[in-house]
Amino acid sequence: MSSRRPIRVLIAKPGLDGHDKGAKIVARGLKDAGMEVIYTGIRQTVDSIVRTAIQESIDVIGLSILSGTHLSICQDLMEKMAKEDIPDKIVLVGGIIPKKDVSSLKEMGVREVFRPTSTVEEIAHYIQNEVQKN
Amino acid sequence: MTKDVKRSEEKGGNGNPKVYDDLRETNTGVNVKLFYNPKDVPQFDYETSLGDPGRYPYTRGIYPTMYRGKLWTMRQYAGFATSENTNTRFKFLLDQGQTGLSLALDLPTQLGLDSDDPLAKDDVGKLGVAIDTLRDMEEMFDGIPLDKISTSFTINATASIILAMYVATAEKQGIDPSRLRGTIQNDIIKEYIARGTYIFPPKPSIRLIGDTIEYCTKHIPSFNSVSVSGTHICECGATPAQGVAYPFLTGIAYLQEVLERGYDIDDIAPLLSFHLIAGGVQFNFFQEIAKLRAARRLWAKILKERFHSESDKALRLKFSTGGMGGGMAEQQPLNNIARIAFYALAAALAGSQSMNLPCFDEAYAIPTDEAIRTSLRIQQIIAYEIGIPDVVDPLAGSYYVESLTDFFEKEIAAEMERVESLGGILRCVEDGTIQKQLSDQAYQVEKKFESGELIKVGVNRFQIDEEERELEVFEVDPETRTRQIGRLNRIKDERDNKKVKGALDALKKAAIERKNLMPSILDAVRAYATVGEIVGHLKEIYGEATQISVF
Repeated sequence: MSSRRPIRVLIAKPGLDGHDKGAKIVARGLKDAGMEVIYTGIRQTVDSIVRTAIQESIDVIGLSILSGTHLSICQDLMEKMAKEDIPDKIVLVGGIIPKKDVSSLKEMGVREVFRPTSTVEEIAHYIQNEVQKN
Repeated sequence: MTKDVKRSEEKGGNGNPKVYDDLRETNTGVNVKLFYNPKDVPQFDYETSLGDPGRYPYTRGIYPTMYRGKLWTMRQYAGFATSENTNTRFKFLLDQGQTGLSLALDLPTQLGLDSDDPLAKDDVGKLGVAIDTLRDMEEMFDGIPLDKISTSFTINATASIILAMYVATAEKQGIDPSRLRGTIQNDIIKEYIARGTYIFPPKPSIRLIGDTIEYCTKHIPSFNSVSVSGTHICECGATPAQGVAYPFLTGIAYLQEVLERGYDIDDIAPLLSFHLIAGGVQFNFFQEIAKLRAARRLWAKILKERFHSESDKALRLKFSTGGMGGGMAEQQPLNNIARIAFYALAAALAGSQSMNLPCFDEAYAIPTDEAIRTSLRIQQIIAYEIGIPDVVDPLAGSYYVESLTDFFEKEIAAEMERVESLGGILRCVEDGTIQKQLSDQAYQVEKKFESGELIKVGVNRFQIDEEERELEVFEVDPETRTRQIGRLNRIKDERDNKKVKGALDALKKAAIERKNLMPSILDAVRAYATVGEIVGHLKEIYGEATQISVF
């Protein structure tokens, strides 16, 4: 769909962990794939992520979580998004996520989980397909 | 993957293709020949290039007898949720024959947030133990006499507070703090570059590091007050040479901070130790060994030539090694045990003083007991089973290794010069130059893995469809935060709040007057002030660092 504006992605690092190499690699890769990417930087609260997503008319929120805090953070994020009534934004999670938690995350409303086995290319393809479906 | 970059078809004298200088690019981007001969080490002179172990320029090792005299310290990183859990884990590891403890602290503690801080909500007790007050430290080391062990703390922005708590714990155990041994990481510059647990802006942070170095010089001479770390920046995209060059520049910045206070280089340089990578995302066995030998030689030269140091203790580059989790693959995780063994072997052949290895389940979650024990066993197999400690620096004299050692010495020095010509390490960190460069490099490496140009066995080659087994995953008790907040509240009720307030006011005053803060931090800690209270008071004076998020 050539008339459509570029896909807008927010890459966010919630929680206190500062290891953001992965977040930056994904941000850079999605930018190279033609998307508009905003990276929040580290130590973001769920409130600030949702605020930025609304202000910047974001299509996809990608959370990078390596510190084992994915369940509680995603729960909070989904609640906040429901409160702000922005259910159409696609939420993706990447990082060190044990396999057994993937289904819990999806039940909360996370669209897809990318674990260390995923490539940037896979993530870019996935986003392009999902945004078209939306 | 390696690739041939130049092919010479010249015929040698016997009619065979002359392939000696056919170059191949290794996985780290270094061009290597098919084989090496004496022409590759034209400047080699035993006395000036190597010297016997324990002698300048220390290429072969910093002590004359190396592992025959004392094996490297075997540590595995541990620290779980609360001080009681960690105490149990420590006793388990000491029982298993571990000789030093390596303590992981949770992120709120690393960032100066108490366990009841709303910002800490998701992170209490997650990646390590939560420490709010001295009480947590006392309980963590309950029944472990601090003069019998050496403890390494992965702590940076709040290192001065954790050090003060360790000293106060020794006092409570009736042990003379001057006998304490161990290391605090206390390296803030790499936090701005790679790891992210900074609080204050760079300048007051470096001053605080100066305060701890000064304090250790006077009061705890056997304690390494700074462990300048190259591992995190390597995981973040630094090349092997940058992984030594940046820590060296950082170490020099800390030394200069203390030299300006009128100290002698020979007194303060021995307090510095380094944590350098042996392993990780881009690991090349012989290069890693050569790089670390080169680092020893270059550091000795810098200290001697630039700082005019004369003392052996100051010229010796002490380093621990870690191959960080970035080299661990999630696919076919048992393969990681082999990777860890190669990292550890490289570290031992390079003469490391201390090792902490990643664990084979690291791409899944926080390592389990089994994984931690396996990494310790790998160290013990190298130390006790296969003869490695018998002979010092066994690779010396290899044309290849010596040529690589020369190569890395030049590369590291050139990278140091480049950063200095751009205004120095602090400037390049403040304006994001280094962060940008590393994230570019990391992206390029990732693309090479994705395209298959770089090989990771089981990941992009030799994959299998089904995983061999589901690994057990370490779980943090979800009630940890509630329990830790309960402990914190109890201490706040029990302590003398007037005393706490007095100590915190005194601390603030000392910060305004730019005095060494260690005595006031110690007073605050002894009064059971919390980490968050101490940091909060300092934030009022220093402000907070601004974040640079370039990608």
